[in-house]
Amino acid sequence: MAAETISALLEDALPGSEVAVVDRTGGGDHFHVTVVSSAFDGLSLVEQHRLVNRALAAPLADGTIHELRITTKGTR
Amino acid sequence: MTLREQIKQVIDDEPVAIFIKGTPQAPACGNSMRALQALRSAGAPITAVDILPDPQIRQELSSLTDWPTIPQVFVKGELIGGADITEELYASGELQRRLDEALGADREQTVKVVAVTAVTAAGATAA
Repeated sequence: MAAETISALLEDALPGSEVAVVDRTGGGDHFHVTVVSSAFDGLSLVEQHRLVNRALAAPLADGTIHELRITTKGTR
Repeated sequence: MTLREQIKQVIDDEPVAIFIKGTPQAPACGNSMRALQALRSAGAPITAVDILPDPQIRQELSSLTDWPTIPQVFVKGELIGGADITEELYASGELQRRLDEALGADREQTVKVVAVTAVTAAGATAA
């Protein structure tokens, strides 16, 4: 899966967020996503990561994403 | 007990529960190792469940917690997060603070492994 596809899924689910996706191994299945979004304001880290996991639920469930590292930040 | 009930019991009853690939002595995945390392550094007691012996363990766990990835860390029944959050909370000192609050500062740093198993049809018949 291309990093751009992951970015698009995150931007669709969290409109207006700043998204950076790194393919950690170049193999298209180990990613590190960094998302800065106002949608995270006031949420715990667990809740913030849940939003990211939900946006990527399909590729996570079918194994397209084998490993996912997540860094999230609110805007406040 | 069903597999789901066993998983729930570990989460609810153990001070710090972690579901990993492999064992604390020999983690089979870099992320499981990262989370274990953060817990050890924070002085946490560790109760580990290896999810690798049966794919059903991970399925039941993720359906119970609504969290798709491994590892998963719990303190007193509450989901702390996966490897990234556990590392982040350790780095900020928040993990130690939460452990102190939940378990006291003079907690013992024990490590144990708990196995959960699906009751098979054959096993049920034999019992």
